[in-house]
Amino acid sequence: MAQSRPRPLSPHLTIWRWGPHMLISILHRVTGDGLAIVGGLGLTWWLFAAASGPADYATFQYYVWRADEADLAGLIANYVSRIVLIGLSWAFFQHLFSGLRHLVMDMGAGYELKTNRTWSLVVMAAAVIATIALWAYIFTRGAH
Amino acid sequence: MGSGTKVGKVRGLGSAKSGVHHWVAQRFTAIGNALLVSWLIAGLVMLPSHDHGAVAGWLAQPIVAVPMMLMIVSVFYHIRLGLQVLIEDYVHDDGLKFAVLVLLTFYAIGAGAVCLFSVAKLAFAGGPL
Repeated sequence: MAQSRPRPLSPHLTIWRWGPHMLISILHRVTGDGLAIVGGLGLTWWLFAAASGPADYATFQYYVWRADEADLAGLIANYVSRIVLIGLSWAFFQHLFSGLRHLVMDMGAGYELKTNRTWSLVVMAAAVIATIALWAYIFTRGAH
Repeated sequence: MGSGTKVGKVRGLGSAKSGVHHWVAQRFTAIGNALLVSWLIAGLVMLPSHDHGAVAGWLAQPIVAVPMMLMIVSVFYHIRLGLQVLIEDYVHDDGLKFAVLVLLTFYAIGAGAVCLFSVAKLAFAGGPL
């Protein structure tokens, strides 16, 4: 039973030429995990702050959105939180649209090479467009 | 695939008979999330102000608090199922895998409970407005 050489392994990421179907697959996992950890903790912080009263909610709002002009650390926190919020919204749209694609594929449709490639690209483009549209709306409307 | 040999089942190597439930529950919660998280984002964006009074008053309404609670359950259930797959794919040491799955379960149920309690408190206290 002694093996003279290592058993062959199935080819992994490094051996394939990258295509949209691979990118969308790994993005589904990455965005899902990001939403699960960062999004889940953020949702919890927001709701807990709201339930804790106006003072605690003001602290939450201060660090997430509107620190004093003179408070450098607060402003940096605001910039980071905006990047995180924009990132979370993109992750949500990407995971949502990619998830809808998976529901279609669960029914056995969309596996033909061209169809699969087209919808992978459509989903990724739609997620970016939806993110831009959301934040364009928020910023043109005036942030609170 | 099959369900394994008899001795395999005894050793815990056969089908656990729970894979289908995980798969179906992941998709049911996915549909719930698609509807309810979209609703939350739309609701938040349309709020005239995001000060405490406005947010707490909004969350306190039954028509908001109920879908919010449903969303929390659907989201954290989906988080539990999704991160479980990640852990099972990348953590191969049995002891470590068990520990991380315990941690994940505590996170999903714990954070979900904090969220549910927070919404319930706002809803039952009436919320300032």
